Amino acid sequence: MYVAVKGGERAIENAHRLLAHERRGDRDVPEVTLAQISEQLALGVDRVMTEGSLYDRELAALAIKQARGDMIEAIFLVRAFRATLPRFGATEPVNTGEMQVRRRISSTFKDVPGGQILGPTFDYTHRLLDPQLAEGFVPEQPETAEASQAATPRVTDILGRDGLIESSPQADSDAPVGDLTREPLSFPADRDLRLQNLARGDEGFLLALGYSTQRGYGRNHPFAGEIRFGEVEVELFAEDVGFAVPLGSIELTECQMVNQFKGSTTEPPCFTRGYGLAFGQSERKTMSMALVDRALRAGELGEEVGAPAQDEEFVMSHSDNVQSTGFVEHLKLPHYVDFQSELGLLRKLRQEFAEANQAVELQEAAE
Amino acid sequence: MNSTGPNSKQAQRKAAMTVLAHSAAADIAGRLAAITLPSHENLREPENGLVMMRGRIGGDGAPFNLGEATVSRSAVRLATGEVGFGYTLGRDAEKAQMIALCDAMVQSAELSGEVEAKVIAPLRVAMNAERARKAAETAATRVDFYTMVRGEG
Repeated sequence: MYVAVKGGERAIENAHRLLAHERRGDRDVPEVTLAQISEQLALGVDRVMTEGSLYDRELAALAIKQARGDMIEAIFLVRAFRATLPRFGATEPVNTGEMQVRRRISSTFKDVPGGQILGPTFDYTHRLLDPQLAEGFVPEQPETAEASQAATPRVTDILGRDGLIESSPQADSDAPVGDLTREPLSFPADRDLRLQNLARGDEGFLLALGYSTQRGYGRNHPFAGEIRFGEVEVELFAEDVGFAVPLGSIELTECQMVNQFKGSTTEPPCFTRGYGLAFGQSERKTMSMALVDRALRAGELGEEVGAPAQDEEFVMSHSDNVQSTGFVEHLKLPHYVDFQSELGLLRKLRQEFAEANQAVELQEAAE
Repeated sequence: MNSTGPNSKQAQRKAAMTVLAHSAAADIAGRLAAITLPSHENLREPENGLVMMRGRIGGDGAPFNLGEATVSRSAVRLATGEVGFGYTLGRDAEKAQMIALCDAMVQSAELSGEVEAKVIAPLRVAMNAERARKAAETAATRVDFYTMVRGEG
C-alpha cells in the first residue's frame, strides 16, 4: 500500500530544478527545437503519437523534449494532455484504400496492381553506421519519376473478389463503436475494442508477442499481404455544419496480414486475416499489431487457445505502457508503513524460530 | 443535376474547406490579405478540442477507434447573414477562424467569385503541386521486376 507522506517539499523542488538543468544539458550546445525533433526524429514522434493516442506532431515533439527522449515518459505526457481538451466527436472512418501512398509493398504478389512502391525505408540498407551523418551532411534531392494514375487497391480487396480471403466483419448498426477511453475494459472484448487497445499498445510488448506466435506459441502462418504508408483524408460530421467537414489529412501505416486458411463443412476454405493500423510511419508496430490481432481471433476461428498472444485478457491488460509503468514505477514511492509492518512480522518470526531452536538444543543437551 | 442547387453549393464549400485545411495558416493569411474582408462577427469563439479518429477493421469492415487528434474550430457570421464554419486538424485557432470566414464568403453571392479566384484557387494550385511533388518522388521508388530466364525452358 502507498501512503501519502508530507515533507521533502524543498528537496522535490530542487530535484525538479536539477532535472530542468540536466534536460538542457551542456548550455554551450544549441538547444534542440520542436521543429528539429518533428522533422529529424520523425519516427520517434510517430511512436509517441500512436501510443500517446493523440495525433499532433508538435505536442509529441514537445513531449519528447520534455521527457529527455524517454519515449514512455513522453507517451505518458501526451496521454495526460488529452484530458485537458473537450471531445468534439468521432471522425468518419478513414478510407485507407484512397490513401495517397508514399510506400506500399506486398510480400504475397510480385505484380500487385499499382505496383510495389518502396518509399522511404530502412529495408535493404546495410545497417552500417554512416560517419557522414555525424555533421553537416546534405543529402541529394530525391529522384523523381512520372507518377502513375493507376489505383492501388488493397491486396485483401483483390483476394476478396475471388472469395480467397474472409471478408471483414461489417458494422452492426445497433452496436456503438467500443471506446476504452470511456468504459473500463471487460472481457470478452469485441474486435473493435481489441484493435483500439492494440493501436495504443506498447510496440515492444506487441513485437515480442507477435514474434512469439512466429516461434510457435500460437502459430498462425502469416504473410505480409500488404503494408502501406501515406496520407489519408479525415472528415468529421459536424452537426452545426450539416455535412461531413474535411479536417485535413493524417499519415497512417496499415498492415494487412494474410494468415492460414480455414474452412468447414459449410464454408469453402479461405485465408484468414489480421489487421494493423497506426499513426505515422509505424511499420514494425502495425505488423506486430496484425499478428496479435490474428492470434486473438484463435477462439473465434476454432483454433486451440493456449499461447500468451491468444489470451485477450493477458494481452489487453498488459499492452498499455502508461498503465504498466505506473504500476511498476509506483514501487519507488514511499511504502514505509507497509514495509514497517512486514519488518515487524519478520522480526517476530525470526525470534520464534530462534526460541524454538534454543528449546531443541536444550532438550538435546539434557538427553 | 441543378448546378445552383444546395448539393452543388455544399460540394463547393467542402472543396474549399479541403484546400484550406491542407494549407498552412500563413499561406491562407497571405491570400486573405489580398482581398477586402467583409464585416463579420464570431458566432463561436475559436476553440481547441479533440476528435476520435476511426479506422475500419481490415480497412473495409466495421469501424473502430484508432486514437484522437487535436482539432480547432470556429464559426463566424457575415453582416449580410452568411454563417461560415472552420474546422482543421491541429491547435491553430486563427487558422480555423480564417477557414470559417472563407466558408462564409463562399456562400455569399457577391463574394464567392472573389474568394474562389484570389484565395482558394491559388492555394489549390499549391496543394496540388505539393501532392504532385510527393507522388513523383514516390514513383521513383517503384520496383520494376524483371525475371531472369533460366536454361532453354
